[in-house]
Amino acid sequence: MTLKRKSAAIITLELATCVMMLTALYAIFIYAPIEKTMGLVQKIFYIHVPSAFLAFFAFFITFVASILYLYKRENKWDIMAFCSAEIGVIFCSIVLITGPIWAKPIWNAWWTWDPRLTTTLILWFIYAAYLILRGSAEENRRSNFSAVFGIIGFVNVPITFLAVRLWRTIHPVVITPQGINISYPMKLTLILTLMAFCLLFFTLLVTRIRLERMRLDVEKIRALSQDKKIYRKE
Amino acid sequence: MSFLQKLWAIVWKDLTFELRTKETILSMCLFSFLVLIIFHFTFDIGFENLNTTAPGILWVAFLFSGLMGLNRSFGSERDGGTLPGLLLCPISPWVIYLAKMIGTFTFMVIMETITLSIFTILYNINLLPVLLPLGLIIFLGTLGFSSIGTIFSAMSVTTRARDVILSILVFPISVPVILASVKSTGLILGGRSITEAYSWLKLLAAFDLIFLLLAYITFGFIVEE
Repeated sequence: MTLKRKSAAIITLELATCVMMLTALYAIFIYAPIEKTMGLVQKIFYIHVPSAFLAFFAFFITFVASILYLYKRENKWDIMAFCSAEIGVIFCSIVLITGPIWAKPIWNAWWTWDPRLTTTLILWFIYAAYLILRGSAEENRRSNFSAVFGIIGFVNVPITFLAVRLWRTIHPVVITPQGINISYPMKLTLILTLMAFCLLFFTLLVTRIRLERMRLDVEKIRALSQDKKIYRKE
Repeated sequence: MSFLQKLWAIVWKDLTFELRTKETILSMCLFSFLVLIIFHFTFDIGFENLNTTAPGILWVAFLFSGLMGLNRSFGSERDGGTLPGLLLCPISPWVIYLAKMIGTFTFMVIMETITLSIFTILYNINLLPVLLPLGLIIFLGTLGFSSIGTIFSAMSVTTRARDVILSILVFPISVPVILASVKSTGLILGGRSITEAYSWLKLLAAFDLIFLLLAYITFGFIVEE
């Protein structure tokens, strides 16, 4: 039971995230040119794409941490899987909110049943269910249940994608094997925001894990102090 | 006892219990019958739009009543206080899983047969010429749904809001099964040959195999204390 102060590494990470996020904001709103056909609304792309990437990345971390938990039985993997899923759901929500805002003026529809959109929506449902399952399961089974669900949920994603792909896709393909289909300043802005969002993700993950550990410690202390009270009464 | 004997012992126990009370299977059948009727009231289905709506109606009836069967699968053990006994049996969790899965699968197939016969009468569709391919689709779809559902049934039975939890766990994961079953049923009912639904059937078979394998690997973690 050790309640440590924030280490220098965490403080550096937080500062770097601050600086990078401010740089990214500058790049998005001042440096990057306004797109010719889409206009200002295209700028949402710089938030949408990194969030989508990080949502998938977060769920991937949940998947790996879940496997490691079942394999090694160390509590830290369980905490990491849970915290990553929670942050993933937030980023996934950002994707699902920014997407329609962009799509309404461009596609003239808030939503289409394109494979990528549909898969992301199902992904959101799966990990929202993950969080609810975790909240509802008994203490001694919670870690195992969420690890199994974390694995099943992630394996299900490519199958869902394949199943939904039979509809024609209209999601713009910006990143192709030949490179990124946008001008240089836009490319640079995207890379900057991607880096800033990655840093933000890791800061959030580290902070959330710290918070969860503290919560568990407090629970332990509370249990101990209650034991003592009972002991004194006797 | 051999693997098959152990498996049969649990399946037989569940079937005998069900034959004596008949509560699960009767409510499943009644519920799917109700779904067919409610759909008729809400969508005003006529002869011209039947081919596009029929597969959806059928599968919603199958899956929603299947969910009731899943709820009872481990729920009846919990209500009877026999869940710890079942888990303490000197058999591998995989056998428990398979037995429960076969039980739910059997109940679902009985319910589906009855639903299909009611469906042909209510909606004036002659299913006899397409019975074989339709049977294959229903077999694969039901297998996928019950294999995924049995894992979650075992999970949700110990949670607080178990009935609610089960549905939000099962449906997002079974999206591929729902899509593939509905689409291939649509092709078959539309008078196409089974070869056109081939890619959907492959997807269904792959889903079934993958999730049976995942259940084999992970089910032990779910039932352990």
